[in-house]
Amino acid sequence: MPKLTIDGKEIEVADGLNLIQAADKAGIEIPHYCYHPGLSIPGNCRMCLVEVEKAPKLQIACNTRVAEGMVVQTKSKRTTTAQKAVLEFLLINHPIDCPICDQAGECKLQDYYMDYDSQPSRFQLGKKNKKGKAIDIGSDVMLDQERCILCARCTRFFDEVTKTSELAIFGRGDHNEIDHWPDRPINNKYAGNAIDICPVGALTEKDFRFRMRVWYLHSTPSVCGGCERGCSIDIHHQRGRIYRYKPRHNPDVNSYWMCDEGRHQFVGLQTENRLTAPLYQAKDRLLAEGWADAMQRAAAKIMEVGGASGANAIGAVIGAQATNEEAFALKRLLKTTIGSDRVAALSWSPPGASGDDELLIRANKNPNTRGLQALGISADGIDSLAGAVAAGELKMLIVLRADMVRALGEQEFLRRFGALDYLLVLDTDANETGQVANQLWPIGAYPEIDGSFTNFKGRVQRIQPAFPPPGHALPAIEAIARLGHALDGAEHHRAADTLFAQMAAEEPAFNGLSLAALGPNGRDLSA
Amino acid sequence: MERILMRWLDIPDIRRLDVYEANGGYQALRKALFDMKPEEIINEVKSSNLRGRGGAAFPTGTKWSFIPKESKKPVYLCCNADESEPGTFANRFQLECDPHQILEGIVIACRAVSSHVAYMYFRGEFTVQKRIVETAIAEARAKGYIGKNIMGSGFDLEIYTHRGAGAYICGEESGLLESLEGKRGYPRNRPPFPAIQGAFGCPTVVNNVETLSNVPWIIKKGAEWYRSIGPEKSPGPKLFCLSGHVNKPGLYELPMGFPLHDLIHDVGGGISDGRKLKAVIPGGASFPPFTAAEAEKVMMDFDSVRAAGSLMGTAGVMVMHDDTCMVDVLRTVAHFFHHESCGQCTPCREGCGWIEKLMVDLEAGRGKQQDLDLLLNIADNMEGNTICVLADSLSMPTRGFIRKFRSEFEDHVRLARCPFRDRDGRLAPPPHSAYEEEEHA
Repeated sequence: MPKLTIDGKEIEVADGLNLIQAADKAGIEIPHYCYHPGLSIPGNCRMCLVEVEKAPKLQIACNTRVAEGMVVQTKSKRTTTAQKAVLEFLLINHPIDCPICDQAGECKLQDYYMDYDSQPSRFQLGKKNKKGKAIDIGSDVMLDQERCILCARCTRFFDEVTKTSELAIFGRGDHNEIDHWPDRPINNKYAGNAIDICPVGALTEKDFRFRMRVWYLHSTPSVCGGCERGCSIDIHHQRGRIYRYKPRHNPDVNSYWMCDEGRHQFVGLQTENRLTAPLYQAKDRLLAEGWADAMQRAAAKIMEVGGASGANAIGAVIGAQATNEEAFALKRLLKTTIGSDRVAALSWSPPGASGDDELLIRANKNPNTRGLQALGISADGIDSLAGAVAAGELKMLIVLRADMVRALGEQEFLRRFGALDYLLVLDTDANETGQVANQLWPIGAYPEIDGSFTNFKGRVQRIQPAFPPPGHALPAIEAIARLGHALDGAEHHRAADTLFAQMAAEEPAFNGLSLAALGPNGRDLSA
Repeated sequence: MERILMRWLDIPDIRRLDVYEANGGYQALRKALFDMKPEEIINEVKSSNLRGRGGAAFPTGTKWSFIPKESKKPVYLCCNADESEPGTFANRFQLECDPHQILEGIVIACRAVSSHVAYMYFRGEFTVQKRIVETAIAEARAKGYIGKNIMGSGFDLEIYTHRGAGAYICGEESGLLESLEGKRGYPRNRPPFPAIQGAFGCPTVVNNVETLSNVPWIIKKGAEWYRSIGPEKSPGPKLFCLSGHVNKPGLYELPMGFPLHDLIHDVGGGISDGRKLKAVIPGGASFPPFTAAEAEKVMMDFDSVRAAGSLMGTAGVMVMHDDTCMVDVLRTVAHFFHHESCGQCTPCREGCGWIEKLMVDLEAGRGKQQDLDLLLNIADNMEGNTICVLADSLSMPTRGFIRKFRSEFEDHVRLARCPFRDRDGRLAPPPHSAYEEEEHA
């Protein structure tokens, strides 16, 4: 643990850190463009030049390891002169088109100019080098070569992380340009990350361009529901609408990255198919009703079926899209309140979906398959449920976030479950199973609810609501709690944290965990 | 003085192996292989005070001694034949006229650092030179000077040749290594130094052609003999590339410490057209010029030139008489470095272009008085803040020319034209402007 002094502050940091990281620990920002902790160190931007005692020249902080007794100045005259100079150099050929640039507001050129430069230009306008604008370079990426500062973060990303090397620097000197190889545009499921790490407006996302000024966006930390990896993300949203997902650094799950499929996951959650009110089947038509009536209707049916055929005539299918809390709440409702142990999991991925790859993408497109397993809800249960239907023992099914009709196919569903008396479906939109349901309840999609997912490696991670579910839709745990109340008149946990606490107490796999203690990076299952 | 590096003037056909052998060729190698341990070779070269001829003047023996002794990885030697400094043409003649001297130096150097693979990196334009050297390598291999079990000593060495694509920056040793590895010729951050992590991540020595051709002589005749040529701290025979406004431009072998005045006026036959000397750049385009008065007193060795305020670099001595426009010279220098900047780091990529743009305007009479201080400030902001020294190579002459010939720059502003051009009857606008020429359509 070397001790060093940065700007007069003595700190002790782990061996092997570079000066940017060490200064960060001391609360001192050393400005930088090309350095990215997830990539190699090229040292080309020269923004992080600092004064290191005994070194005759200024040193780049990114490529300087901490050493015992090192004395570093990040705000000395020499350092600030160099920082100003680098910014001036970066800007002379930059188009300075901030008013029409999507990066404005999260642009390191803007930020550092305000923090470290703020001097008028000494460069004669009209002499700037002209380069390509608004070039479609494949995937979701648009390139503006004039805005590019040639930090090579994007080329290093494709070289080092995806190892596909789609982008390269062409030309020489101040005619250098980022581009793809001739006739070989980017076709990469991780291309969006290059946009994220671009410190300026050179790479922008086709879907996000000209949609929203970034300073209007709110950010909510969450987890991507696109597959069982569960990449940590930030949901960027405004007025109940998601504009983009950005990967959030999580060394235990996704490092700094996420895939483009995940990045676009929210699009499917914002369609016109979203349910906004509870529906019930009335002679070939689904009609809307209030939640109180919906609860009465469902509770009455459960009483009726339970009274006539016993509690085990009622079962549940829980999709692996459900959170740990939702699955636990429904399983517990069935077991404790109703008295049935017929619960099965459905972990289904659409055909043609991408398979496992070496980086992040998983073939299983459900975020919580492992969580359901940990709760003892088995995917094999579907067959035994079908068997019970055939035997006339199972009459009513509660289906949570599981599109059974689509997963099994309509013929197969009708053959195995067509004999059911009653189908109560809780889902975000009117999917194929919803169409044949007796009751269809609208619930919040994962960006709209509180709770947790367990990824395929057993990492339990927190999701948080960016905004409430649309219309009259409720978080599923609230709907389940209300149903429980309608059945037994008792209070059921309807908040994610108290439900999680109950789950931690009752389910061995979740022993010792709590929702708050998951923190930003999540915690591993205890068993 | 007996010629050592330019023996081709005395012995025709010395490029042929039989002629080279007949004149003592590969004797030094025999001595190095059979009578000396690798450590002794390094010590001999160290005590000879041989300093790198590529421009940086780093002590060669010291450089070799940085190679880890018990390296688990292979050690490589790269012979830098990417001679591209403006006004420099020594290596070119050596490669063409006496390749075996270089090869012998390479084999001895490889023996010293226990390297079994050597690369020769040629500049892109050296097509003929590469072929000549390849012929020489084939000859030497047939005679057992290169290959397995050299001269029966048990020492193996392969020499591979590689030609670059013509970028100046690939003469910078780490840019050369990147290029050799098949990548863009971007210089590397140091540390790690090439002696620890050079070509393909292995310990590597990079030596200039001229440096290596001194090695057989040091081994053959001893360090003491070598030190006796020229000043002790910077000794040896040196190839001077004399160009510009002299009556007898050309390549001259002279001892280190030779007076610049004599080089120009005696060896070079004086200033052409009966004019007077105005300025000399002593070491290729990268360094500040000497005025005529300064040039009177300077001795041409690394330390003396440095003490006089410039650097000897590659000893590409460019002489300019009094009808030369210093603004135009600096514009040309700026054009070169703008064109050759690899563009990896910000100050050089943007600064070189900016300086050229300002110089084009100044030379065309469109400059402003404040541009002079701006140029000095840009030069200050570039220098020392980049990965390699290409930025310094423009900032040093920029500062040097403006400081030493400031009145000429001011005249361009005051007259709003180039005074020299009018007197010559040439057109006032610049003949070409790099950035307009290279503009993307």
